[in-house]
Amino acid sequence: MKFLRGRFENVDWPACAVLPVFMLAALPFMNVPTWLTLTIAGAAMGMMLFLMASGLSLIFGLMDVITFAHGAFISLGAYLAVEVARALPGLIADPSWSAALLVLAAALALAIVVTGAVGWLFEAVIIRRVYGSHLRQILITVGGLIVAQELIIVFWGANPIPLQKPAAMRGSIVIAGAAIEVYRLVAVALGLVICIALQFVLARTRLGLVVRAGVENIEMVEALGFRVRRLFVGVFVAGTALAGVGGVMWGFYQGLVTPAIGPEMMILVFIILIIGGMGSIGGSLVAAILVGLMTNYSGFLAPKLALGSNILLMVAVLLWRPRGLFPLVKS
Amino acid sequence: MSDILLSLSGVHTHIGSYHILHGVDLSVRRGKVTMLLGRNGAGKTTTLRTIMGLWRASAGAIALDGRAITDAATPDIARMGVAYVPETMGIFSQLTVRENMTLATANGRFDETRLEETFGFFPVLKTKWNDRAGLLSGGQKQMLAIARAIIERRRLLVVDEPTKGLAPAIIDHLIEAMNRLKQAQTTILLVEQNFHMARSVGDDVAVMDDGVIVHRGAMADLAADEALQQRLLGLNLASHQ
Ligand SMILES: Nc1ncnc2c1ncn2[C@@H]1O[C@H](COP(=O)(O)OP(=O)(O)O)[C@@H](O)[C@H]1O
Ligand SMILES: [Mg+2]
Repeated sequence: MKFLRGRFENVDWPACAVLPVFMLAALPFMNVPTWLTLTIAGAAMGMMLFLMASGLSLIFGLMDVITFAHGAFISLGAYLAVEVARALPGLIADPSWSAALLVLAAALALAIVVTGAVGWLFEAVIIRRVYGSHLRQILITVGGLIVAQELIIVFWGANPIPLQKPAAMRGSIVIAGAAIEVYRLVAVALGLVICIALQFVLARTRLGLVVRAGVENIEMVEALGFRVRRLFVGVFVAGTALAGVGGVMWGFYQGLVTPAIGPEMMILVFIILIIGGMGSIGGSLVAAILVGLMTNYSGFLAPKLALGSNILLMVAVLLWRPRGLFPLVKS
Repeated sequence: MSDILLSLSGVHTHIGSYHILHGVDLSVRRGKVTMLLGRNGAGKTTTLRTIMGLWRASAGAIALDGRAITDAATPDIARMGVAYVPETMGIFSQLTVRENMTLATANGRFDETRLEETFGFFPVLKTKWNDRAGLLSGGQKQMLAIARAIIERRRLLVVDEPTKGLAPAIIDHLIEAMNRLKQAQTTILLVEQNFHMARSVGDDVAVMDDGVIVHRGAMADLAADEALQQRLLGLNLASHQ
């Protein structure tokens, strides 16, 4: 991949080694097929978490904005998947891959458009007024989250709504004696595609260059003639659209959509931002997969520790790297 | 076309609840180097930031080429051809030298002759072209900051203490670069503590104290008048050779 070339000289190898070391460390506690199943399950969950976290990470890194309302955009994405499934029952039941991909593409497209548009409105009406004050951002976005939650109940009711995966993406396949759910592979593939696309935009386009510069020093970017306001709006919209995409994927994965589906992911999302280093896309990816793996390994080894284990993971990383694995440089 | 490119009249600036500038009157002549001098904390940086729209003037007027820019947004001021080299240099340390320079062009493309000219001023940038800017030395970062300002044709360069913290040899190099820019009729507003630099590149001079301009005149006159220097800047020329 040409666009990645030249980006490896300053790679922080110990931080990159965390992921493989963590995977291998789990191996002695289980047999190989179980490990393979859990590792792929963890990677899949991690990829979906990455979709939810990466947007928030960019928003924080560039705009220094903390928004709890992100959870509402995840929920909205999941409910939009419900709407697409309701509208296309024939395609959901159709066992062909083309039908399955069509359903998924439709849900993703709808989620991108709608959550992006709502994100745009949210930025214009609320976020814009609270730049520069974390406390006000937290208060107002927690408020926004509660309002959004109620709005979702108004539209879709408080009861869980079942959401079936497209037929071709149900079931599992057996690889090396391990049962692998097909949908998890789809999630990993989609997560990778989006991650590579994000990295490409950041590393190889002028827009990405401006975003990377803005993460370091927003004032200087303005002094060079870039209209940062528009950039903020664009990044906020992209971030909320990513949350919507994460919501679609997570909704199909869970098979049951509730108004809390987004907000309940926010603890993990914030753990990911803290572990990865707030604002770093690569850091979000590594941290999201770490959290996905930890959730699955500990779910198997010590189910009662599921959330606690992620908090322990965060504490361990912070003891080693107080600013996360891949901290951003601000000047 | 007026002789004056940039003018500030009665500019007041507040930072939060602090009243920092108390009616600054300043004009910068087209094609000339105007020095803005004054002790630490006099308000020089605040003046430059107000010109750039990074602080907003609470009263008074700022005009560029006769057009009011008092309330213009920073990017719009930059797009009118004003390049800013802040006191902190504003180098993007995670980006390469090349990427830093690219951001300073209007459309992401370099004018080859202009680029070669800039390399002529600062050859080291050519050798470090693909290095991360964070790896440059302090002097090299300053050269990069100035290179960004001159990589395209600008109407005005606004430069804040470029020699701050640099070794004498590098200061001499910067003085030479400034003099070459001056020969090319570049209009520059330059804040400097280094009197040697001020004296060798300045055409006009303004001295600030406590948020107002307390002296305006020709740089040569100030350079020749040690008593005036002593009174305005509290410095003794001999110690600043
Ligand atoms: N961000 C700020 N907040 C409060 N006061 C400031 C700030 N920046 C500068 N000042 C004050 O404004 C005055 C002028 O500062 P400055 O313009 O940086 O002076 P100079 O560049 O001449 O050394 C100083 O008293 C300084 O303490
Ligand atoms: Mg200063």
